[in-house]
Amino acid sequence: MAIESAVPFSATVDVAEPVTTTVAEPPNRGLAKKILWYALLTFIALVIFFPIYISVVNSLLKPDQIARRPPSFFPSHPQWSSYSKAWSQGHLGKFLLNSAIVTGIIVAFEVGLSIVAAYAFAFLEFPFKRTLFTVFLATLMIPFEVTIATNLDTIVKLNAYNTYVGLAMPFLATGFGAFLLRQAFLQLPKDLKDAAALDGYGHLRFLTRVVIPLARPGIAALTVFAFLSAWNQYLWPLLVTKDQRLRTVQIGLGFLRAQQIDQVNVTFAGTVIAVIPLFLLLVVFQKQLVRGLTAGAVKG
Amino acid sequence: MGRVAFHGVTKRFGDAVAVDDLTLEVEDQEFLVLLGPSGCGKTTALRMLAGLDEPTSGTIEIGSRIVNGVEPKLRDVAMVFQSYALYPHMSVRKNIEFPLKSRRVPSSERRALVDEAARAVGLEDLMERKPGQLSGGQRQRVALARAIVRRPQVFLMDEPLSNLDAKLRVQTRAELIELQRRLATTVVYVTHDQVEAMTMGDRIAIMNAGRLQQIAPPQEVYARPANLFVARFIGNPPMNTVTGRVVDDGFELPGGVVPGASGTLDAMKARGIAEVVIGVRPEHLRVDADGIVPATVTVIESLGHERHVICRLVDGQMIIVRQASDVVPPAEGQTVRLTTDPANLHLFDAQTGERLDLGLVGADGPAAELAGS
Repeated sequence: MAIESAVPFSATVDVAEPVTTTVAEPPNRGLAKKILWYALLTFIALVIFFPIYISVVNSLLKPDQIARRPPSFFPSHPQWSSYSKAWSQGHLGKFLLNSAIVTGIIVAFEVGLSIVAAYAFAFLEFPFKRTLFTVFLATLMIPFEVTIATNLDTIVKLNAYNTYVGLAMPFLATGFGAFLLRQAFLQLPKDLKDAAALDGYGHLRFLTRVVIPLARPGIAALTVFAFLSAWNQYLWPLLVTKDQRLRTVQIGLGFLRAQQIDQVNVTFAGTVIAVIPLFLLLVVFQKQLVRGLTAGAVKG
Repeated sequence: MGRVAFHGVTKRFGDAVAVDDLTLEVEDQEFLVLLGPSGCGKTTALRMLAGLDEPTSGTIEIGSRIVNGVEPKLRDVAMVFQSYALYPHMSVRKNIEFPLKSRRVPSSERRALVDEAARAVGLEDLMERKPGQLSGGQRQRVALARAIVRRPQVFLMDEPLSNLDAKLRVQTRAELIELQRRLATTVVYVTHDQVEAMTMGDRIAIMNAGRLQQIAPPQEVYARPANLFVARFIGNPPMNTVTGRVVDDGFELPGGVVPGASGTLDAMKARGIAEVVIGVRPEHLRVDADGIVPATVTVIESLGHERHVICRLVDGQMIIVRQASDVVPPAEGQTVRLTTDPANLHLFDAQTGERLDLGLVGADGPAAELAGS
């Protein structure tokens, strides 16, 4: 598509493709190399995919079948009822909704704030810009666990304990997002900013009409990362909520496991349900995500 | 209305002086070329005019108002960038329309203006394409159309042809001149290419190291360069320049004495000038058995319609002679004698590099006097 071919970091996706490197070699050697590559990639894909597959299989087996050795890799009589049990007994509807709300708030703020912060670092001149950027980067080195007690204390003092705000607040702005998008913005030609200034566009309209459309792959990548980390949170939601009504799906799964200790299949079914939104997200953003990750890595 | 003026404009980036006390005026509807090597400050001057950089000191006028501190969009100028700076995610139509949209031109009027601008540069059939689907020449046209659609007082062009191949550059050069005449607008055009400057400019302003060296019509810049920098920068191959000592009967060069008029020599001695740089253009030198300066031919470059005979003086300095291809060439390795019509000599102060005929020996220059001696 035209937009993509014109985006400065577009052509990076195909770089790792083995075929392009074998053009000048004898056909047999090229083929062997290709087979080797594909074998390796297939193996890695299997290793990654296996636990997911087992989760789906186990969710469709009866509890005693799961415990059996050797394990069963294919459900001969799939037990679909475990899904409805997980949904109703685990109150997954409510938990998924909570996760969706919290994740939505975090993603919207993290992406939005990262865009404006990255814009400042990429396009504006202001005193102590480098120092400030270094400080932003430094926050990436601090593990979340180190800040957890302080954060909890802050949330309590702000009267945000046991609220959606409390669940989301520590993650609304991240150095990582600003860093990632700054790199993406720096790839845009500097002349575009000048051209837009002469065409009559100020910072805000240049950002919305030019920068964001052109940096879409980077922004999409950040959206996916933000979504993944927000959706998969366990420790913080557990600490900052006491009320069942506010708990997110990962904690819901913990409860489900505790309740259904004799029905592992139901826990597996719940896990599979909790993964579905992530799966859909990855399907939608897959192309952009790959591009966002490779952008800049090959350039220069 | 499209008059532009710089008054004592200086631009510093930290300790570096990019533009040093620049004063120049561009007339309405003039095509002024800012020419110089990279880093000479020409682009900085253009950016200050556009409002993309602010001068450290001095004032800039567009039309009749001082524009220091005025936002780029309010200066009524349009710029064509070296990289074209097209918006890659927008179609050709949207690119051309973009400056009108920010000015809230009603959509029916906008459409008409965009179509007109596209027609002016021959883009009608490509309106729905994206820049990535266009050739270099077509992109350049889009950049032009985006500039002309606003009908600005002044066009600023920053090396707009440098990304085109040689053939297309020649064609586009002519089209740009035509376009400027048709639109009857002021153009300030930055380039490092002297051919562009010579062929396109009504006047050329030559800059070096942030300072204006000379501003004059192309022919004058070529015929009467104001200093050694201009002399060596304009012309291809460049002007030959050799340092000579002022002696009683002329200028002593390696291997010979070029005669000088007594008036000129006296005036020089009176001003304490002991050394001069003598410049002569390659096409003004001849190989002649009665010539004054001996030189050894090292290489002969044939270009078809002409040839460059590259020689070395006795002290090793290089001299280039440009010959028509129908003149019998010397042999490589042969020692020849070089001569010229004294009217074609240029004299420069060896210390300051300034041209020496100004106010020294009258309008015809020292060459006229040399001829008479």
